Amino acid sequence: MRKKSALTALTRAARFGNEPPMTKRAIIIGAGQAGAQAAQSLRQAGFDGEIVMFGEETEPPYQRPPLSKAYLQGELEKERLYLRPSAFYEQHKIDLRCGAPVARIDRAAKTVATKVGETLAYDKLLIATGAPPRRLTCQGADLKGVHYLRTTADSDALRPLLSAGGRIVIVGAGYIGLEVAASARKAGLEVTVLEMADRVLARVAGKEISAFYEKLHRDHGVDLRLGAALDHFEGTRLVEAAVLKSGEKIACNAVLVGVGAAPSTALAEAADLRIANGVWTDEHAQTSDPDIYAAGDCASHPSQIYERRLRLESVPNAIEQAKVAGANMAGGSAVYDAAPWFWSDQYDVKLQTVGVSEGADETVLRGDTAARKFSVWYLQRGRLLAVDAVNDPGAFAVAKRLVGKSADAKSLADPVTDLKSLVS
Amino acid sequence: MPKITYIEHNGKEHVVEAEAGISVMEAAVKNMVPGIDADCGGACACATCHVYVDPAWSGKVGKPEAMEESMLDFAHEPKENSRLSCQITVKKELDGLVVRLPEFQG
Repeated sequence: MRKKSALTALTRAARFGNEPPMTKRAIIIGAGQAGAQAAQSLRQAGFDGEIVMFGEETEPPYQRPPLSKAYLQGELEKERLYLRPSAFYEQHKIDLRCGAPVARIDRAAKTVATKVGETLAYDKLLIATGAPPRRLTCQGADLKGVHYLRTTADSDALRPLLSAGGRIVIVGAGYIGLEVAASARKAGLEVTVLEMADRVLARVAGKEISAFYEKLHRDHGVDLRLGAALDHFEGTRLVEAAVLKSGEKIACNAVLVGVGAAPSTALAEAADLRIANGVWTDEHAQTSDPDIYAAGDCASHPSQIYERRLRLESVPNAIEQAKVAGANMAGGSAVYDAAPWFWSDQYDVKLQTVGVSEGADETVLRGDTAARKFSVWYLQRGRLLAVDAVNDPGAFAVAKRLVGKSADAKSLADPVTDLKSLVS
Repeated sequence: MPKITYIEHNGKEHVVEAEAGISVMEAAVKNMVPGIDADCGGACACATCHVYVDPAWSGKVGKPEAMEESMLDFAHEPKENSRLSCQITVKKELDGLVVRLPEFQG
């Protein structure tokens, strides 16, 4: 694909050989973690054309993980979230346009149109539009006091509620829900967490990890309801209660909904790009159009380690995939096949995960859950799929090097085994 | 403001003025010092902001806590004076601090 497009460019150059060479332009849609990284990687790969980055939000690219933790708790000023100083964009001639949402991609004309009606041509385009939270549509979902968490504005809106007292109902016991639960308890709020599944973190972690976090939150005074389905919210203007399908009513002053995120694919779909649980990309972060790339939460990619297509919502994935996209937009042929990793801080407990545990046929527990330092190793047919490490960065570091490789469950389960010996 | 000197693996020096209260990692990122990736943004989760503290400063900077220590164990070429720069807070006692960067992070 890449060869063909290079040939087309050559033919074009030959045909219009007398004209001065045009400055090339790379456009990046989305000014998040992936967008910022791709801009930097384009420059690092020697791309000297124009780079224009469009962001929907008014902030320059910033870190999202603290939005449910330190930033929500008021321990971090907004400027400290910014991924790069403003001088970075000037020095690298990155034309960063915040508060400038894109309306359309025209692949035939190779242009992007903004919502305010500006049209700009691209040679290479990156779609890094992220994955906004799934929204509830039940009765009362539009009441004031029902919050979601993705942006600084969301976190800013939620923060005053944490110090207002009363009860917050959190819908969904995933990372966002549980991290906000921890932040809210720290702020002294009463917290009820509603989870439809029979355990927390069901989508991302194994049973041992779920059980550990259920106890952790209950020990911190969280009213955790498993197998609890929300029916609707009550209130006149402000939310006043969450009503379960069972009929039980839980009075509250605020609600945080954390029921997952959906990849933002509207622009790609309208441009008739291939979609497969997100914007489809190959191992080069290239979409079904050779001049268009995608990276981060919005994109799915083929994983050789897992022998299937993955779409990941994580900072390291956004960074690594954007590095590949940036290098390839500049003419490279880098391949993305990194093992994904994640982290989550709740109370004084750090969870570090490498890999994807789905499909495991064997799990090995190392360490002591009561001592709050342990790791769970997930294997499939003798191959290491993933590891969840709780307050155990050593296990995490070893796992990062072993994931995808064959591993022996017996020696992993043996407490005498020195993990370091497995990687040397 | 406290001055911090970062010395890249190739010997190139970067002297930056850092605001008290932020981390040595944040001061590097803010001043575009290359060689500190800080993928996790300072959550002590990734070990990509590894530095070697100049031995003259070891006492004032102090030792890593247990969590950081085990992260460092697996950094690229850890040494006695290794620290994660996201876990060192800039303060006026650290005015003049010198840290060296490893060949690569990871």
